[in-house]
Amino acid sequence: MEITVEAIVFLVFSAITLGGALQVVLTRNLFHAALYLMLSLFGVAGLFVLLTAPFLAGAQVVIYIGAITILIIFAIMLTPQVTRVLKVHHTQWPVALALAALLFVGLVWTQTPLADELGADGWSADFTVEDPADVPADSLTDLGKSLVDPERYMLPFEAASLLLMAALIGAVLLVNRPDDNPDAEAAPAAGARPDQSG
Amino acid sequence: MVPLWMYLVVAAGLFCIGLFGVLTRRNAIAILMSIELMLNAVNINLVAFWRYQTPDKIGGQVFAAFVFVVAAAEAVVGLALILAIYRRRRTVIAEDVDMLKW
Amino acid sequence: MTDTLVDIGLSHDLAVLIAKLVGVFVVATCGLLWTLFGIWLERKVSGRLQDRLGPNRVGPFGLFQTLADTIKILLKEDLVPDGADRWLFNLAPVLSTFSVLLLWVVIPFSAGWIGTDLSIGVLYLLAAGSLGMVATLMAGWGSNNKYALLGAFRAVAQLISYEVPMVLAMLVPVLMTGSMSLQAIVEGQYIAYGLAIPLTVFIFLASSLAEIGRAPFDLLEAESELVAGFHIEYSGMKFGLFYVAEFLHAFTVGVLATVLFLGGWRIPFVSAQDTPALLGFGSLLIKSLLVYLVIMWVRTTLPRVRIDQILEFNWKFLVPLSLANLLVVALLWKIVPDTDQIASVNDALLPTLVLLTANILLIVVTSLILRERGRRERAHIAALYGPVDGAADAAPAGVGD
Repeated sequence: MEITVEAIVFLVFSAITLGGALQVVLTRNLFHAALYLMLSLFGVAGLFVLLTAPFLAGAQVVIYIGAITILIIFAIMLTPQVTRVLKVHHTQWPVALALAALLFVGLVWTQTPLADELGADGWSADFTVEDPADVPADSLTDLGKSLVDPERYMLPFEAASLLLMAALIGAVLLVNRPDDNPDAEAAPAAGARPDQSG
Repeated sequence: MVPLWMYLVVAAGLFCIGLFGVLTRRNAIAILMSIELMLNAVNINLVAFWRYQTPDKIGGQVFAAFVFVVAAAEAVVGLALILAIYRRRRTVIAEDVDMLKW
Repeated sequence: MTDTLVDIGLSHDLAVLIAKLVGVFVVATCGLLWTLFGIWLERKVSGRLQDRLGPNRVGPFGLFQTLADTIKILLKEDLVPDGADRWLFNLAPVLSTFSVLLLWVVIPFSAGWIGTDLSIGVLYLLAAGSLGMVATLMAGWGSNNKYALLGAFRAVAQLISYEVPMVLAMLVPVLMTGSMSLQAIVEGQYIAYGLAIPLTVFIFLASSLAEIGRAPFDLLEAESELVAGFHIEYSGMKFGLFYVAEFLHAFTVGVLATVLFLGGWRIPFVSAQDTPALLGFGSLLIKSLLVYLVIMWVRTTLPRVRIDQILEFNWKFLVPLSLANLLVVALLWKIVPDTDQIASVNDALLPTLVLLTANILLIVVTSLILRERGRRERAHIAALYGPVDGAADAAPAGVGD
């Protein structure tokens, strides 16, 4: 593979993604971990741009960085003692490390050109493809239209919005404490305010 | 362009880092963050396969968008659960929440 | 410029890179220099609106006041509080300014004068805006100060809430143009969208005011409650960066409102092709300054509201209203014939009139509902505390003193 601008950009974004992810898993300070998560997700957004999916890249930044990670930071701040926990990791972390490493080796084994050299038949995908067909110019419009086309993805789209609605209601129900009903204190005893009628 | 398998390797790395986090982190919020990493690895794969195999069909991008929706819903409900548990048990350490064990 | 560079003998990629870098340099520098002038303008106008003189000592009309302030702020000691998270503390002001400058990438200054005409322009604006939120959180957390943290909390809660109506308002021009590219939105406005959908402009401006944290929504830095909010621990140029970011963001909102609703660089009654680039830029500047004047006007005249009022105003009023607004516009845009092939002022006339009528109806209905709510609220209060003096007036002088 020759060194092109694109390859360099790819390497930079990959490094950001993986480096950030490693920090998320290893950092002691949870707040820092959340910020590293942002960095990692930003790297993923960069990869999306490289893959000519600008809409997904924008959505990634808006949804993940602008909403989900902020939500996580709020949760971190609302559970104060968490940043002082002495032991961050489970005692059996070597087992987990071995498992993750094994999975990584397995994935690399099957997904890189190694798989082709070893004669892995039955894969429909060609992992070494380097110059795919161009993305149609109207792919953004097509994405929008396919989401509201009854023939294509309208039903999953509606289901997804229903899921979001259910999650919203569920979350409100879960964290809503019945004892802090605002109406209970909003109405102080009559006459508590200076009487204006004289 | 960069060959497809390089994207797949990055995604595999991200997924495994996330898996390691899910298995080892004690804090429930950190576990949730690791799950987000795994979901993102899936997204990289989806979009990469869309780009290199079927760029003329929009399915890969649509699927990735649905993963966003699921991730958002998961984060919201997950964090609400963690907060609810924190209120009751004053802990966010996952292995301390073991009422169902006994 | 790219062509000249290629002629000199550079490769095409390198020429594009250099041209873009120069563009970034020019836009960023102009933006920051503009700030020097803009802060003077803002102080002068605010002063006049509040029956004061404003800066008038340094230079003619106090024009060099900002320059003097900058020198002062540069010479101040650079303090980092004890126990602060050094990295985050120092990164936050940079990121804050950076996130605002990023917005300028997709703003069409004139025909062809645009950093990058992204097909996802409007989405990009939101993405860049969410970086500012991160900067606020970093500053609040990094300062190791509870007021700063509380301020950041409030700021982010407010920013997230008001993003909803803002997005819904920004969707309306996108829907009418059929494109998220800002250049396409400007070119599509044969009649400025603001004339057809005044309600959307109101929603956009109101939620943007909250986004930039300006009075009456400047709770993130309510001095009386939080001292100075998330940037309480900052001094010297780091505070200056926050200040610049805030000012620049406010002005950028003016530019955005112009681009989305007031026809951007288009000059009324002149077609987009016939607009000379320089005149177009002037037109954009004048319109943006007018919008900015309105923002200053609101800031200098309205008092600050309470945090619960701010969130209630958003969730119980702005969000339902913007949802209804979006639905109405989408429906009418579908019903009115030929809205997808508007190519002249005459084509745009009918949809504009229809939408304007619908908007006026919507405004009337909203005010009726509000009046009814207000009446019930007053009856409720009267039942609790006895009748209020001057029954027609919601808040007679003296109540609550």
